[in-house]
Amino acid sequence: MKLKENIAISDSGYLFNPSTGESFVLNPLGMEVLQFVKKGKSFEEISKEVLTRYSVDSITFEKDYQDFIHQLRQYLLIGSDE
Amino acid sequence: MEKQRYERPILKKLEMGMPGKFGVAANLPPTTHIDGISVDSLVETYGSPVFILSEKTIRSVFKRAKKAFTTRYPKVQFAWSYKTNYLNAVCRIYHQEGSWAEVVSGFEYDKAIANGVQGQHIIFNGPDKSAIYLEKAIRNDSILHIDHLDELYTIIELTEKLAKKPKVAIRVNMDTGIQPMWDRFGFNYENGQAWDALNKIMHSGKLDLVGLHTHIGTFIMSPQAYGVAAQKLADLAIGIRQKYNHTIKYIDMGGGFASANTLKGFYYPGSDTNPTFDDYAEAITSALLNTQFTPDNLPLLILETGRALIDEAGYLLGTVIANKRLSTGKRTTIVDIGINLLFTSFWYEHKLTPARHYSQYTEATTVYGPLCMNIDVIRENVNLPLLNKGDHFVIHHVGAYNMTQWMQFITLRPKIVLIDQDGTAHVIRENETMDNVMNMEHLPAHLK
Ligand SMILES: Cc1ncc(COP(=O)(O)O)c(C=O)c1O
Repeated sequence: MKLKENIAISDSGYLFNPSTGESFVLNPLGMEVLQFVKKGKSFEEISKEVLTRYSVDSITFEKDYQDFIHQLRQYLLIGSDE
Repeated sequence: MEKQRYERPILKKLEMGMPGKFGVAANLPPTTHIDGISVDSLVETYGSPVFILSEKTIRSVFKRAKKAFTTRYPKVQFAWSYKTNYLNAVCRIYHQEGSWAEVVSGFEYDKAIANGVQGQHIIFNGPDKSAIYLEKAIRNDSILHIDHLDELYTIIELTEKLAKKPKVAIRVNMDTGIQPMWDRFGFNYENGQAWDALNKIMHSGKLDLVGLHTHIGTFIMSPQAYGVAAQKLADLAIGIRQKYNHTIKYIDMGGGFASANTLKGFYYPGSDTNPTFDDYAEAITSALLNTQFTPDNLPLLILETGRALIDEAGYLLGTVIANKRLSTGKRTTIVDIGINLLFTSFWYEHKLTPARHYSQYTEATTVYGPLCMNIDVIRENVNLPLLNKGDHFVIHHVGAYNMTQWMQFITLRPKIVLIDQDGTAHVIRENETMDNVMNMEHLPAHLK
């Protein structure tokens, strides 16, 4: 799973996809997770990181993570699994 | 190290150009407390869902409504519309504030009596008054608002047996320039039915015609329609005086004022745009004052206002069961409040606020009830913060009709709690139990 290369992310949580002209806004955790994905981290690594810092259980986070990735895929911001 | 509060990761597409239909007031402030008690503790103590009523709001809205009329007109009387919310505690608050009772069934009539309302302060409306209850009401000196000729004849018959002159009014329906026109109740003004009934009453000599009544509809957005209605009733009253030298004691304008809810399909919140008590009062009282009534002959003005008095005092607290995404990508939230408890969600875009602070991020969400039926939708489209499973929220302005028209359907009905003026909570109706429901059933022997 890889973030499309030409996508621009600003520090304040804006995301721009030049190939479609679409803009998006991310909340802070959305931003963090996206940065992890960009660095190529696996779900297990991301989950470990998030669970140590936020008050959330692993099941809830896994569900929300899948939903988030699904959204990225739906908006064609990541390629389908290679 | 203390962990940070979790908020699920989201990605939201920015729509350029037109502000979205749901862009208005996206970030509603949370409702953390009701009359000083935290929403979380109310849910903890009384369960979820739970209806909460604020006595403070009931009384202050009542005073506001009363003031709107009494500053414009010398003789005003409210009659609490029982069907709107007939919990005894609620009725007694209105009676303490000076309201009479307006009832439309034998059940409601008995409830008003049980609440200590004097017979002569009960107005009996509706098309279905049985002979037994007509007799009871006549003996108690209650006021009968006659709905149809069959009822008129039944009452005349009863006078022979009771040796009493019942106090009566007729319900009048009419064209006030608005749609729909409620013409199935009472006697029509334009086609002469109303005069026909009045003539029959006056010629019988057996009934005491004390008033004229109308109820032009509900959630009427046009104060002017009330002006038209008041003028037509005044015309009848003046005509009766001319023809029979008989003075009508009161004009009853019924209910129907809009509450602060937002009707479906309206863009702006009802709390900002719906007419106020002052608007309705201005239309009704100027119509009455501009007729030929002399100052010492002005009829008493009776109002049977329901939803506009109580909606604001009612809250429904609930809990998020799950978040889900539809195949279209649309976010949905499933909550423990269904249309079995909140049937007014068919009419209103009920205001829904979270019970604590969230970040500024929101998502357009459909809020579904728990009923496993497609029609169980609480809000079609609402911008909500990122509520998690188990989080609490508050639905506003639910005081009218929901606590009388709710259904025991699929789930059991919850508790109703009244917060008094000192901020103390009282359970005023228990939640239903399995026993309540089972005890009403009988099993035939062959099925045991
Ligand atoms: C005769 C009568 N009076 C008063 C009311 C109360 O109406 P609302 O709640 O619209 O004020 C009703 C409601 O239908 C009614 O039928």
